Amino acid sequence: MNLVRYKSIEFDKKILFHVIIILIMFAMSLFAFTTLEHEGHWLTGMNNQVVWGVPHVFAIFLIVAASGILNIASISSVFGISAYKPLSRLSALLAIGLLVGGLMILVMDLGRPDRLIVAMTTFNFKSIFAWNIFLYIGFIFVVVIYLWMMFEGRYNKHVSKVGMFAYAWRIILTTGTGSIFGFLVAKEAYDSALLAPLFIAMSLLFGTAIFIKTLYFLRIYFDVKTGEIIFKRLRKLLLYFILAVFYFTVLFHLTNLYATTHHDYEFFLLFSGEIYTYLFWIGQILLGTFLPLFLITSNKINSTWHSLLLASLLVIIGGFIQLYVIIISGQAFPLDMFPGYIESSTFSDGIVAEYTPSIYEFMLGLGGIAIASLIFILGILSLEFIPDSLEDEYLQN
Amino acid sequence: MKKYEIKLDRRNFLKSSTLLGISSVAPGVFFQELAHARDLDKPASSKIRWGMLIDTNQCTEDCDACVTACDEEHGIEDFGRPSTDTQWIRKLNLTDEFSGKSYNLPMMCQHCENPPCVDVCPTGASFIRADGIVLVNPHTCIGCRYCMMACPYKARSFVHENLENQVPHSPRGKGCVESCNLCVHKIDNGENNTACAEACQKDGHQAILFGNLNDPESEISKQLHKYGGKEIRSDLDLNTAVRYRGI
Repeated sequence: MNLVRYKSIEFDKKILFHVIIILIMFAMSLFAFTTLEHEGHWLTGMNNQVVWGVPHVFAIFLIVAASGILNIASISSVFGISAYKPLSRLSALLAIGLLVGGLMILVMDLGRPDRLIVAMTTFNFKSIFAWNIFLYIGFIFVVVIYLWMMFEGRYNKHVSKVGMFAYAWRIILTTGTGSIFGFLVAKEAYDSALLAPLFIAMSLLFGTAIFIKTLYFLRIYFDVKTGEIIFKRLRKLLLYFILAVFYFTVLFHLTNLYATTHHDYEFFLLFSGEIYTYLFWIGQILLGTFLPLFLITSNKINSTWHSLLLASLLVIIGGFIQLYVIIISGQAFPLDMFPGYIESSTFSDGIVAEYTPSIYEFMLGLGGIAIASLIFILGILSLEFIPDSLEDEYLQN
Repeated sequence: MKKYEIKLDRRNFLKSSTLLGISSVAPGVFFQELAHARDLDKPASSKIRWGMLIDTNQCTEDCDACVTACDEEHGIEDFGRPSTDTQWIRKLNLTDEFSGKSYNLPMMCQHCENPPCVDVCPTGASFIRADGIVLVNPHTCIGCRYCMMACPYKARSFVHENLENQVPHSPRGKGCVESCNLCVHKIDNGENNTACAEACQKDGHQAILFGNLNDPESEISKQLHKYGGKEIRSDLDLNTAVRYRGI
């Protein structure tokens, strides 16, 4: 087996082009941020019923993907499968970028972002949100140390220990993120401990899909040669995680269908919820689950990077839609404060709340992606993150 | 020029100083007693628990006096955008699916003893005062809206707009979450009533009764003892301070 070498990249026109696009995206998010800060949140589609909207979908997507993308490194340093070792550095870099991007969206969407210092210094430890602040910031810290251990030859021997710690940390982190919703006892759509493992499975899936997409472009742009081993492993990984998310999704809905008290919400989501029903069946299930499954498993088309990329892109789109369905439909569905009564009021009681995301919300979300991408590009420009070759003779299967 | 001679013997000195003392202290004692205002240097007392009893039989569909009074009391403006406009109190119409009978009631923060909004607030800006009033500290609210996600009554609003013409006793702020504060300024002034309850009484409906739940001699305690009071979403075991009759 040959020894894998790593390389950094030179700043060239290709990179410049990407940086310009990133800066445009970031400028758009800054514009949205300052406009909302100045005018107020009425410019968004969010309202007093749907209080978390598209920015939160972007943010939570990036945060859970950050946790999941580090799984590539964990497979090598925790589970000892050394074929993934050359990808560990990239996995950790992407994890930091995605998390910072996600957090930035959350902060930019706050009603009082100027009080970030309050959020960082005044804690209510009964709140899972307060715990998550520690989990997120701690995650960045842990991954930086993890990277240090990987880069510094003298400390390579500690990689597995730090990797194990990071692995435990990210499982707790994603549990915390899922529990933001799981602990909401008042809302029919949430209030389930199953949301925590569902979010863990989602994180593994979204992280793997983003990693595959990134690797695909690294192959093209920076001539990273890949062999059969890494291709087959990543394909199999994506397959397992699609099945895991599907399993928890089915379990979540079956549990709801069993309990009469949740029937109304299930009927709404699965049959009568219009946009949410379409998004669930067409977006999450067809585009995000069955189509990528077909692309990965079909004997005729499963053997190319193109089909794997397409499957990953579908998983990313489906995952975004899945989070949209979870976050928005759960708020839009009316609270049942008076079982057995039909409710009406001037405050959307008894009816499905309206929500149409505005352009400002998407702009905030793009800012998070821009920051994640910028961190990634700065990383690969300045340090040796990219493996020279991922051909079979460089990998231990 | 006539010269006034002040005869300051011991008897006169004692007499005048006693009179001076009484005249300077008495009004304070009298007015303090009259108003029962809370000494603002001292914390609220847990011996008191403020609450409301709402008689849905007295609440009519066409009346929104409580809502108007609340808006006026707290300077809540209508921006003509119903989905984002603030509502601390709203009128709910209920129709029994089984019998078809209709009910009306005001819905606001239920001032739970175990409030989910307080549990989830990351900075502790949502808090419960010793006398049972659930409040938002507008200085430490970061506007994350997690409390709104957690509230089982949709009692909270996020301030989506720039505010003008605020009333000094009810400070509000864009980007913060807020909800019914049981007219805490009136309680601390010793008025011991809320704007909504006053308006309802003034309109002759008597649907909202405000008082101290911990005082067995208070009118609210007597009525609760006599007629009972339903807790909305009692399954959540939040022990709300706002109770309802007639549903």
